[in-house]
Amino acid sequence: MEAFKKLVNALANPTVYFILTVVLLAGYLLFRKFLTKPAFALAFLGFSVAFFCLSLTDPNFREIVTKPDNVPIVIMLGLVLYLTWLSLRRAVLNDEMMKRGEPNLEARESKDRVFTWPDLVYTELICMVLCTIALTVWSIELGAPLEEPSAPARTPNPSKAPWYFLGLQEMLVYYDPWIAGVVLPSLIIVGLMAVPYLDRNPKGNGYYTFEERPFAVSFYLFGFLILWVSLVVLGTFLRGPNWSFFGPFQRWDIHFLEPLVNVNLSEYFWVKGLGEPLPASPLLRELPGILVVVGYFLLVPPLLLSVSKLFRGFFIELGVARYSTFVILLLIEFSLPIKMVLRWTINLKYIVSFPEFFFNI
Amino acid sequence: MADLLTALRKTQVWKSIFRHGPPNTTRNRTLVVLSNFFLHLHPVKVRKSGIRLSYTWCMGGLTFFLFLVETITGLLLMFYYRPTAEYAFQDIMALREHVALGLMREMHRWGAHAMVITVWLHMYRVFLTGSYKPPREFNWNVGVILLVLTLLLSFTGYLLPWDQLAIWAVTVGTNMARATPLLGHEGPGAAFLTLGGVNLIHAGDDVRFALLSGRFVGEATLLRFYVLHCVGFPLVAATLMAIHFWRVRKDGGISGPL
Repeated sequence: MEAFKKLVNALANPTVYFILTVVLLAGYLLFRKFLTKPAFALAFLGFSVAFFCLSLTDPNFREIVTKPDNVPIVIMLGLVLYLTWLSLRRAVLNDEMMKRGEPNLEARESKDRVFTWPDLVYTELICMVLCTIALTVWSIELGAPLEEPSAPARTPNPSKAPWYFLGLQEMLVYYDPWIAGVVLPSLIIVGLMAVPYLDRNPKGNGYYTFEERPFAVSFYLFGFLILWVSLVVLGTFLRGPNWSFFGPFQRWDIHFLEPLVNVNLSEYFWVKGLGEPLPASPLLRELPGILVVVGYFLLVPPLLLSVSKLFRGFFIELGVARYSTFVILLLIEFSLPIKMVLRWTINLKYIVSFPEFFFNI
Repeated sequence: MADLLTALRKTQVWKSIFRHGPPNTTRNRTLVVLSNFFLHLHPVKVRKSGIRLSYTWCMGGLTFFLFLVETITGLLLMFYYRPTAEYAFQDIMALREHVALGLMREMHRWGAHAMVITVWLHMYRVFLTGSYKPPREFNWNVGVILLVLTLLLSFTGYLLPWDQLAIWAVTVGTNMARATPLLGHEGPGAAFLTLGGVNLIHAGDDVRFALLSGRFVGEATLLRFYVLHCVGFPLVAATLMAIHFWRVRKDGGISGPL
């Protein structure tokens, strides 16, 4: 049992956790035909429920998971997993039907019209009643959290933002606040709003499918499940005092502090690479980093075009303006996992760093 | 019971409200929807595929329902709550200790969390069924703004209990604004905005100051968040929701090509 707990704690380390969730998602999408079978889904459900119940016997796990404010996240996690399975299951069934030349699940019924009263109105009513019951029971069982009266002089440790922003707070480990707290959230909103104007594929409107829009679906699943939901889970359950990382069965020890020796790219280049002291001129000092960032945004889009058939297809379909917007948003999204990997592998702190102007990338 | 209903239906009062017979004929089922203010958001007939729970997950509907729950419970809470540093925490305590059947704060808080979840899942479903594709591009955008408003509503409400959890969560959240490029005093570029050697952007006038109405989370912040939470954001959200639902109808149902 102890060995198992140690294994889970080790697996939940941010590096392993992040890579594991990405691999799991990719594997799930690749082998979706087999993995979305109800028998497999039931087995997974049984396994997760057993794991969850067994874990509840651990006092540290129980303390974090049953904290009233964390209960919604446990509920959300269950719902997200179930609905991801459900949508992929329907997508697999639909894809098979369309391959055989048959109408898909939705098309079979979309010609039929039913009366709003009673079919739709009663469905809505039942949903509302069930929701009210669930909310009432939840409210009776769990009191709304209330801590001591506010004391501006006493900072709690850890200080956490509301749970739905914890994915963004986790990004603060890798990027400065101006990127993680201002630019990235704004770009998430802008990117979401741009979606209908960048996705020009007319297929897959009104039914679940994977094969007719593999890129769009994988891209969204990566953004929503990995970069948003799984980082919220990481930030809530696995980040403790000092924003240090704790495994699910580890005690939140307030004195635990991980020593971090993070190094800027300029130091890697000048001091470790060329064996010279850092140049006095900030511009010269940061030149390698600036070249890397500019190169990333200027060279990768044409490179993608010449290497990838998929992106050539996008370019023809989208035209210059839409394609550039799309690729820049894509590159910014992927700069997050790239920076994460660089931090874990070579302890890279900043690629470009002008602390004088609070301009650090 | 059935007789009583039939008798009721013949009274002048009933007939003055509902101008049609029992909804068991095609004609009356049509009239129910057409002649009812609330139901006329719906078309008379809908695609059978569009009302399947395994397709819609009912998440959009639940989000709206939770918004109504939040409005009603929030209104009741406003009877008991004063947004001042002196009274806010006491009022929340009193709400818990002295108010009979004091479930309202619980329902309001859990409903808010639930609403954040349902709105995410609604967007999840809309994306996976490609429902943002033409002709629904604009309505997707309205939806994105509504999602942001839901988070803002939840965030401003987080401060109101005025306990440690509240002020520190809001402090952590709004600290980001300090780093806004050009507009925050610790943001890149702000150092260049000077006039005769005097910094134009400093802790006393940057974007965070405007958000908090002060250099730190204090009483003025509480009032500001309270007004936004109870009046500002709900009004905008309600307006956009009306547009959102109206556009669903104008764009030919929840999904699928026109």
